[in-house]
Amino acid sequence: MNTLLSYSFSSLATYFHNWLQSMIGNGILLTITELVIVGVVLLVFLILLAFFLGYMERKVAAFMEIRLGPNRVGPKGTLQIVADTVKLLFKEGFTPDAADKFLFNLAPGIIITTALLAVAPIAFARGFQIWDINIGVLYISSVSSMAVIGILMAGWSSSNKYSLIGAMRCGAQIVSYELSIGLSLVSIVVLTGSLSLNDIVESQANGWWIFKGHIPVMIAFVVFVIASTAEINRAPFDLVEADQELTGGFNTEYAGMKFAMFLMAEYINLFVVSAVAATIFLGGWMPFHIGGLTGFNHVMDYIPSSVWFFGKTLFIIFIIMQFRWTFPRLRIDQLLNLEWKYLLPISMVNVLLVTLMAIMGWHL
Amino acid sequence: MFIKEYFGTIFKSIKSLLTGMKLTGYYFTHLNKIVTEEYPDNRATLKMAERFRGEVIMPHDEKNEHQCTGCQSCELSCPNGSIKIITKQEIQADGKKKKRIDTWVYHLDMCTMCGMCVEACPTTAILMGNEFEHSQYEKKYLKKVLNKPGSRLKDGVE
Amino acid sequence: MILGEEDYITEEGEFVVNMGPQHPSTHGVLRLKVWLDGETIKKVEPHLGYIHRSIEKMSESLSYRQYGYLTSRMDYLSAHINNLACALVVEKALQVEVPARAQAIRIVIGELTRIGSHLLWFASAGLDLGGVTPFFYAFREREAINSIMDENCGARLTQNFMVPGGIVYDVRPDFQSRVKEVLKQFKDNFHEYNEILTGNVIFQNRLKDVGILTKEDAIAFGCTGPTARASGLSCDIRKMYPYDGYEKLQFDEVISTGCDSWARYEVRMAEMLQSVRIIEQLIDNIPEGDIVAKTKNVIKLPKGEFYQRVETARGELGVYIVSDGGASPYRCKYRSPNFANLSAIPHIARGYKIGDLIAIMATIDLIIPDIDR
Repeated sequence: MNTLLSYSFSSLATYFHNWLQSMIGNGILLTITELVIVGVVLLVFLILLAFFLGYMERKVAAFMEIRLGPNRVGPKGTLQIVADTVKLLFKEGFTPDAADKFLFNLAPGIIITTALLAVAPIAFARGFQIWDINIGVLYISSVSSMAVIGILMAGWSSSNKYSLIGAMRCGAQIVSYELSIGLSLVSIVVLTGSLSLNDIVESQANGWWIFKGHIPVMIAFVVFVIASTAEINRAPFDLVEADQELTGGFNTEYAGMKFAMFLMAEYINLFVVSAVAATIFLGGWMPFHIGGLTGFNHVMDYIPSSVWFFGKTLFIIFIIMQFRWTFPRLRIDQLLNLEWKYLLPISMVNVLLVTLMAIMGWHL
Repeated sequence: MFIKEYFGTIFKSIKSLLTGMKLTGYYFTHLNKIVTEEYPDNRATLKMAERFRGEVIMPHDEKNEHQCTGCQSCELSCPNGSIKIITKQEIQADGKKKKRIDTWVYHLDMCTMCGMCVEACPTTAILMGNEFEHSQYEKKYLKKVLNKPGSRLKDGVE
Repeated sequence: MILGEEDYITEEGEFVVNMGPQHPSTHGVLRLKVWLDGETIKKVEPHLGYIHRSIEKMSESLSYRQYGYLTSRMDYLSAHINNLACALVVEKALQVEVPARAQAIRIVIGELTRIGSHLLWFASAGLDLGGVTPFFYAFREREAINSIMDENCGARLTQNFMVPGGIVYDVRPDFQSRVKEVLKQFKDNFHEYNEILTGNVIFQNRLKDVGILTKEDAIAFGCTGPTARASGLSCDIRKMYPYDGYEKLQFDEVISTGCDSWARYEVRMAEMLQSVRIIEQLIDNIPEGDIVAKTKNVIKLPKGEFYQRVETARGELGVYIVSDGGASPYRCKYRSPNFANLSAIPHIARGYKIGDLIAIMATIDLIIPDIDR
């Protein structure tokens, strides 16, 4: 029984590694094979995830808008996104005449690559992690900010005025909101004393940081959710696309599969930021425990760790989706005001408070 | 003072945002409030308003008789010329020649459903029907002849 | 103004962006040529004519019974009120007394149209500023209003419910109960609009101090309707030149001195409630009697010039008819509210951001077919 509860996917990985080793033998070939397998599995998983999130978003939007949402293709419309993807696949991959053709075609690739890179250090379940890097937090925050390069590239190379405005907005937006994200992540790093995502999850075995860290961590959590919504360019911070102002912004000129890649990158980014928020603030795959209630804790332990992880991630994804379908869009100067006048000062003071808390040992 | 105002703004903003999220959250959890009509599926139960103006129709009774005398009031009252009545002289049983309609041409593609032809009609020979699914692949199908083949004027309608 | 080559030559760091004719924020085929310096607007120039159907010229070949139906296609959201203007000018010329029952029904339907129009404006204003959800909440109520139109007038948008002298046919027996039902639904759900949009801090910040239209400018540009009333200009035709029985009704002219987009928003929201008030006064007191005054089969206006103005949902609509004594107008001219309101945009949008231009257009509430006619 106990082995089931504390079942770690690392044993499965070890078993698999040993099996491959016996098949291929040690050496560079083994490493490459493993990398390819992980890559393919990850890609398939993320494509399915993007499908699911696309479906979820449309249903969430519909229900909030007293509509039914997709309900034609497949049972309850579940295959709608598949149908859309097939449609996009068959559309012409159009490149405008005046566009910088190389950069124009490269941009979707860059955006999706940066989105995929950030998935690597996330722990999906107990011991189930692609890359247990000891600077996980730093890695994620640096990789995810590279998305700005892809968007700028897309906007510039389209040689479309709307795209250019969108791209320039993106530069200002992502660079500013990067600061708040960094600072709110730092507050947990200060408390944990480690940059490794695994260590951060382990440190929450006796309670999630959002409960252990009192008000300062809650503030950091709120700041993180707001800033990461802006970082992934979702409404109400979707000035980069801003349909009503810029007719689609940086992706105005894109069609077909290249556009689908932008869409997929958006959902992967959404998943990544929600997963990071779940990992850092809500304990990742750690079950919900209340100190003292052994029976309750035991029941919670029966729920598999991956369910905990995805449950928390989906909760945050839902919140971010609800933002999108509730709020109107900000204006560009208000967007920067929000960051420089509100989020940044608050998170700076907040880091100070958290540091004080860590030094005095006020957290549990 | 500035600090108070600063935090006051933050709290007020957050409160207003949460109010909005509460409302969307309410509708997300109350799916029975959905107002969507699933149109092509609910054809059987779809009830159009009785007065809804969908197209001009000319009712024929069971003896294939209509009430149109060919007076052309409707043609005159139509503001965009979607009605064209072609008349003929018909020899009656008593040997007299009388004006009767030959073809009552209705251009659905030009009609704006204003209903003025129906108002103008002195014998209520034409009415506005409820049918609204007029899509056709070719324009020629929208040119309709409303009097059925072989139909004649109802006795006693002048 | 005809544009020469030199208008396309821009200064260093300036560039020209077209908002429209196909653009998600101009709900219609309006083209705004915008000179930008970064995000800041330096100059706006509206280009019209993409949906010109020469309604005025067409009216010259139609009879006085027929010509009104074309006005449903001008400001299609206040189609009923436009038709009313056309009927009123004929009644004025012929000096026909409209039966009290017809007047009451006209006002009830007209105010329902106004609520419906403002609801659509509310929906699209939210949509323009990026909030999709309010659209559906407003359309739920608009749908209820439209179905009343459907049941009683025969059409949802282009009702054509007017004849000179009255209305085409009497309302259905369940008219009063249905209207009360819809008003109840509207009043019950009105707080949701405040929760999702009015109170929202993002929305308020997007509108406040944006697009200042001073009272002097409003007069100079000939702005009317809620747009001008938000600049402190009292211009409600229903109050100033009462027509068709409005003089007997109790309602307030909503005036705000805010002059900005937020004031325009608030004025429209308050106007919806005033319309509800008007309907509530009338709905139980619709007199019995005729629905149409007797007019000749072929209406001929006496020789002369006739002008009638009404307050549509967007401002003052004037119908000017020159008659040569014949059965159709010699000349017909519409003074449409949107054309005048549009002319204020280049002036008030200067110096704001691109996003503000969208907010200004959303709150001025332009209906493009009314501009071009």
